Amino acid sequence: MPVQAESGAPVSAADTIFALASGAGRAAIAVMRLSGPGAGAVLTALAGRLPTPRMASLRRLRDPRDGDLLDEALVLWMPGPASYTGEDSAELHLHGGRAVVAAVADALVAAGARPAEPGEFTRRAFLHGRLDLTAAEGIADLIEAETAAQRRQALRQAGGALGTLYAGWAEQLTRLLARQEAFIEFEEEDLPDDLDARVAEEAAGLRAEMAAHLADGARSERLREGLCFAILGAPNVGKSSLLNALAGREAAIVSARAGTTRDVVEVVLDLGGVPVTLADTAGLRESADEIEQEGIRRALRRAEEAEMVIAVFAADAPPDPATLALLGPETLVVVNKCDLAPAPSAIADRVPLAVAARTGAGLEALRARLAEAAALRAGLTAAAGLTRPRHAPQAAGHGDARGAAGPGDARRGRDRAAAGR
Amino acid sequence: MLDERWDVVVVGGGHAGAEAAAAAARCGARTLLLTHRIETIGEMSCNPAVGGIGKGHLVREVDALDGIIARAADAAGIHFKLLNRSKGPAVRGPRAQADRALFRTAVQALLRATPGLEMRGEPVEDLILGGDGAVAGVVTAAGKRIGAGAVVITTGTFLRGEIHIGDRRTPAGRVGEAPAIGLALTLERLGLPLARLKTGTPPRLDGRTIDWAALEPQHGDDPPEPLSWMTERITNRQVACAITYTNAATHELIRANLHHSAVYGGGISGVGPRYCPSIEDKVVRFADKMRHQIFLEREGLDDDTVYPNGISTSLAEPVQAAVVASLPGLERAVILRPGYAIEYDHVDPRALRPTLEVRAAPRLFLAGQINGTTGYEEAAAQGVMAGVNAAARAGGTAAPDRVLSRGEAYIGVLVDDLVLQGVTEPYRMLTARSEHRLALRADNAGLRLTETGIAWGCVGAERAAAHRTFAATVAEAEARARQDQATPTAFAAAGAPVNHDGRRRSAFEALGLPGLPEDGVATLFPWLRDLPPRVLAELRARALYAPYVERQAAELRVLEREERLPIPDDLDFAAIPGLSLEMRQRLDRARPATLGSAGRLAGVTPAAIAALAVHLRTREPRFT
Repeated sequence: MPVQAESGAPVSAADTIFALASGAGRAAIAVMRLSGPGAGAVLTALAGRLPTPRMASLRRLRDPRDGDLLDEALVLWMPGPASYTGEDSAELHLHGGRAVVAAVADALVAAGARPAEPGEFTRRAFLHGRLDLTAAEGIADLIEAETAAQRRQALRQAGGALGTLYAGWAEQLTRLLARQEAFIEFEEEDLPDDLDARVAEEAAGLRAEMAAHLADGARSERLREGLCFAILGAPNVGKSSLLNALAGREAAIVSARAGTTRDVVEVVLDLGGVPVTLADTAGLRESADEIEQEGIRRALRRAEEAEMVIAVFAADAPPDPATLALLGPETLVVVNKCDLAPAPSAIADRVPLAVAARTGAGLEALRARLAEAAALRAGLTAAAGLTRPRHAPQAAGHGDARGAAGPGDARRGRDRAAAGR
Repeated sequence: MLDERWDVVVVGGGHAGAEAAAAAARCGARTLLLTHRIETIGEMSCNPAVGGIGKGHLVREVDALDGIIARAADAAGIHFKLLNRSKGPAVRGPRAQADRALFRTAVQALLRATPGLEMRGEPVEDLILGGDGAVAGVVTAAGKRIGAGAVVITTGTFLRGEIHIGDRRTPAGRVGEAPAIGLALTLERLGLPLARLKTGTPPRLDGRTIDWAALEPQHGDDPPEPLSWMTERITNRQVACAITYTNAATHELIRANLHHSAVYGGGISGVGPRYCPSIEDKVVRFADKMRHQIFLEREGLDDDTVYPNGISTSLAEPVQAAVVASLPGLERAVILRPGYAIEYDHVDPRALRPTLEVRAAPRLFLAGQINGTTGYEEAAAQGVMAGVNAAARAGGTAAPDRVLSRGEAYIGVLVDDLVLQGVTEPYRMLTARSEHRLALRADNAGLRLTETGIAWGCVGAERAAAHRTFAATVAEAEARARQDQATPTAFAAAGAPVNHDGRRRSAFEALGLPGLPEDGVATLFPWLRDLPPRVLAELRARALYAPYVERQAAELRVLEREERLPIPDDLDFAAIPGLSLEMRQRLDRARPATLGSAGRLAGVTPAAIAALAVHLRTREPRFT
């Protein structure tokens, strides 16, 4: 059955939007909302047949392209007009891992939906007359919050390498578009004869570059939320002091008493353009304190989830066996308190990085090593990757348009194709 | 006490004024056109040409609404050229160089032939305001009070106009004509935001002193393609123009004398037209360009004046003479009149509604260069829209707005850009300004707009009949072309190889196939040969763009839901929760008429649009 809008005119499935309704980041459950005339078709593409309306059903979600199992999720199907937006809607209650959410978002795009703009669900609800006065009043705040989050995120991204890459592309596209438009608008000017051909050639080059970038897939999806490096070590080896020295502010409470950090303290550092969450964890030791035990459990979990572990030892004490037991091939070994005693030349056959958080000695070298590791793990050593599903359809649109047309945004590219026949 | 009373009074007799007066009168309004001097109605103040890329589209659209500019240009045209002929039909722009005197004569004749329209040479000094703040008429320089249901002001560069040649300044609206000071003061009193802009014109040369033999001639199209859909063929004798180029010596001269230029010497603060720069601008901004092209265009058949298109300048007169003498073929050329820059007031068009009515002064309309545009075509386009709306407004308070959308016409793009975004430099139409340019071709303007014009009452019976016959023929031919099919084998036999997939292809598809020779299509579908050339051209263009236009139409439908949601003129943006101060300011300055236009405002975020949408919904009376 063809998708029909209320006016009776056919609309594209691209008018179907989705967004994460729960907060970003790790959580037990992530709720993905879906709305639009193609919501039913998109849901069917991922979850098989449509569930009974407004009844929670357990479904296996599969990637429509290759049938890969993405997640086992609770699925809600709310056909319009009795839904929040007034359109056909669905909710997917996913397991809250970043990888799951990213893969489902990717599959939704493949099925023809697109990521929603901030406030778009609300706008649709309004356009379908689904908002009452109280709802409307509450929503302004919501929108503001949504925008603030968006802004912070945009700012973070704008500062990074991905932002630089996209800005470069945007500039190149603008230049190409300007030359192409000049070719169309100013025929009577004394322009170079091969302007058109040169633009086409450069556009083809840019297109190849974008295609390579797209093929890169979700490699650096993690760039958006950033990497996580966990600091592990015995109590009182100076993990918190190290974190504070790196962050340049008092993020963790530092005291001479062992076991001060009972939970995980996080700071976000900009390491060479990559946002990195540095997690300071409770010192690893046997403890009778229940709260501290929970802290240690969390520390270990954090270490498992982290992209990299920084194991900290103290120069004035023998290496802590509990920490040694956790060393993996990717672990960075750091010896702190080198102002109090000389650092050992090797710990578990590795050459440790010697620092003194108190005096600042060795910190620059540590920072450089971290930045290098961050760039490597975010895939920036080659090129910046795609961080959100939103980027993929847009970049794909450009590739498509230029394939047919030449430079410009998708719209103008198409114009040009026919205009400059 | 009023001395007399009219439905519509138009102030100004340039391209906007002439078009506004004619349109209002065609709509049945008793219309009076007032201007400084009746003899200069239809004067071409600058270049003796009409049309071009983007501009030619506007001319055809004005023509589709039965306006006069295209017919006048056809009557006066002495050199026609379809620009971008080698590119797709959507960006082809018809252009005509006109005999200046013939053009003026044609405009005046067309206006005189319009029933219900009177013209007088009486300058207007002031406006009459009614008790409700609405405009109720005008006061002439002689003190005569003339009542009007609506007033259209089209004073071009005359508002506090000041001409600059080198460091010499003269108050004037055009060379030798007085500026309009009183009206500028009136508009200021109404609280309209005014700002300075500038434009310029090149020196005029004596054609008898040009060495034509040394120059590369440029001929017009043969046969010439008329601008107006109603013109059968061009009857004037056609003339060639010539091309010359600036050189290193020219550029050196200009650089050495920049301090004598009004613009670079600091005499002018207004911003000039980016797409029609002075030669000083070109030399400074494109310093690495070795030469600039100059077209030498004759101003008339019986006129030796030559317009050197490309060297608009405000340099001091002796420098202008040296610059001209440095150009090949112009070594001995005599300057009849120096080039100049003119600085003038314009009104920030964001003060206008989409009908070009001043928001703060109901029944007052502004059209043309006064709104910050440049060019005859842009002026004429606004003129026709202001005239149509003024006539409607004069007829009754409940008249619906007569507005063209961005998807319908370049006129819609022009007006929407003006009233929504305002201007920072004189606004010139470009095809790139339209997001629907594949659908908005110069050659389908009639099919796009004439029916609307008929509904508005501004299209005469003759054009209406011709249009309807044509539209019916096109529809019939398209239906047949979509039905009539041929096999791949037949295509191959006709010299038009397609994939041998067994799929039959229609005549319509064949017309849209790139690289298919015309006679090949005609061999396959011989009946196409019998179609009138205009009908076949229309079919070809439709077939060529069909896949793209369909995609665009789908996008448009999605947008339309929001486009139609009106924002009341009196909406207080400050009262909307969730709008940041910045968003409030942006919205308040532009006062978008619909939710859709609010979304097009530069810098307005999707979140702000959502907040605005929610607010509009809660304002509505609720019946549920």
